[in-house]
Amino acid sequence: MADAGTAISIDRVVKRYGSFTALHGITLEVGADEFFTLLGPSGCGKTTLLRAIAGFDDVTEGEIRLYGQNIANLPPHKRPVNTVFQHYALFPHMTVTENIMFGALRLGWSRSDAEARAREVLSLVRLDSFADRKPGQLSGGQQQRVALARALAPRPKVLLLDEPLSALDLKLRQAVRAELKSLQRETGIAFVFVTHDQEEALTMSDRIAVMSAGRVQQVGTPREIYEAPTNRFVADFIGETNLIEVEVKRVSDGRAEVVLPGGHITQCAAASQSHAGTGHISLRPERLTLCPAEAGDLGARVESLIYLGTDIQVWARLPDNERLILRVQNAGSIALPAVGQEIGIKIEADAARLLVD
Amino acid sequence: MALKIDLRRFPGFFPIALLCLVVLYAPLVVVSVYSFNASASITRWEGFSLAWYVDVFTGPESPKFRQAAINSLIIAVLAAAGATLIAIAAAVAMFRTGRFKGRTLSFALINLPLMVPEIVTAVASLIFFSSIGLGGGLTTILLAHITFCIPFAYLPIAARMQGLSDSYEQAAMDLYATPWQAFRLVLLPLLLPGVMSGYLLAFIISLDDFLITNFVKGAGIETLPTAIFGAVKQGIRPNIMAISTLMLVVSVIFVTLSWWAGRSGKSKA
Repeated sequence: MADAGTAISIDRVVKRYGSFTALHGITLEVGADEFFTLLGPSGCGKTTLLRAIAGFDDVTEGEIRLYGQNIANLPPHKRPVNTVFQHYALFPHMTVTENIMFGALRLGWSRSDAEARAREVLSLVRLDSFADRKPGQLSGGQQQRVALARALAPRPKVLLLDEPLSALDLKLRQAVRAELKSLQRETGIAFVFVTHDQEEALTMSDRIAVMSAGRVQQVGTPREIYEAPTNRFVADFIGETNLIEVEVKRVSDGRAEVVLPGGHITQCAAASQSHAGTGHISLRPERLTLCPAEAGDLGARVESLIYLGTDIQVWARLPDNERLILRVQNAGSIALPAVGQEIGIKIEADAARLLVD
Repeated sequence: MALKIDLRRFPGFFPIALLCLVVLYAPLVVVSVYSFNASASITRWEGFSLAWYVDVFTGPESPKFRQAAINSLIIAVLAAAGATLIAIAAAVAMFRTGRFKGRTLSFALINLPLMVPEIVTAVASLIFFSSIGLGGGLTTILLAHITFCIPFAYLPIAARMQGLSDSYEQAAMDLYATPWQAFRLVLLPLLLPGVMSGYLLAFIISLDDFLITNFVKGAGIETLPTAIFGAVKQGIRPNIMAISTLMLVVSVIFVTLSWWAGRSGKSKA
């Protein structure tokens, strides 16, 4: 049984389409005032899961509980959750106000209550002066805000958002991120947000579930996901990383001792309890520093330098021919190595992490 | 560079195109022009007159034609309505129920009446009605018309439906609309241009059907086309040309309206 702090609890949900399994027993909990993100590449099952919560797709097995009540078998119009659709799906034959009043009227609110609520949410998304327009007369960003207002108007217990920013251009997308986050705080309800954009997920979420191939790979705060990925998929999918093959000597109490390419032995955090033979460590490019060839944990040869403005990327080859990427902050007075030069690489304390393969 | 083939450059394009247009439209033009002829002859022009139009409405044959016209209109209004309702249901079933067994077969069945020779439908309808003991009259004509009008009503509605994402209905249901409310408040208004186009098309198809009507109508009841045919058998008088011209005008207006209804919807959504 879920406690009052849990808005949605997804319990061993399986979704099969014929012989294809889209969701392999997903178990997740979303807190009552959480901005929760389902993050993953296309086809990972994140949208299927969202549609299962909304009720557009039924689940093959498992339960979906909303504040303790199993809603897995209710039709969408009986679930007190609302959705912001990827392409908004605003009703083109209704005005903005009519669109926003739609849900409240179906719930049996009086016309005057629904109108008052429409005015309220319209000012929440700062579109007061557009109340009588048709959706076709609005810009993409305005339509997105109407879709948000429409979904919030009937006071849902949870708001579902299906990649609502993907149709906006980059500048607008960045502005809307901050707005969404503050809207979630103001309304105080749980937001379940689906995206394939890791930057979006990291900047807005309280917690993220990284999904791949119909499974949840890791659940955690943006910081945990980025800094302490548990497996290769998460480390590789979130941000830039170097996956280096190492020989594992010993794992105990979440620490591991590994042999780096080149023979140097180092200590690092370990995501798995037991590990033997070879494994992979994740090294974030910004957590590596350049040093003289002999002084480094790793030795490499510089292959190319890429200028990125705030940073400079150094591409290097390890002795076993693996590529390693470093990011050096463009502080103005840095001494950059030349292409072809042998360099040493220092791994910052706790920067390396042994992953589950 | 793409090589553009301009049909107009082909030798003989203009003469052939002209010939086709003449063959297609000369009879219509002759009928329309001679309906304004002052004489009773159908071949000799003797000056402009509206006499035959006056004759249609007040002449000795006018009560017969008036009754036939009323019958035609009643049948066309009701048959188009019936066919449109069935066509909407068919379109919703075809496009909103996902894949189902026999979907292709259903599609073929809906559109089959377009391909079946009309005479076959006419004979089959007649045999069917007499085998169930339904005598010829307005009811049999109406039932037959609803049947063969379905594909004409279906095509514009289906075309509209195909371009309409199902996310609108999902959004409606997400906002607490029952499936019926989602249909009535969201899908139907969005389908309206197709529905109007389909209705008008079915109306005009019903209005000028002769063959099937003639088979199933029974004695003593006439629609405009069968009344015209009956009159022509006793010799062609210019009042027939006037009636034909009037029907032509009505047809052109309705087909134009149907096309316009379908088009105006397309540009909006």
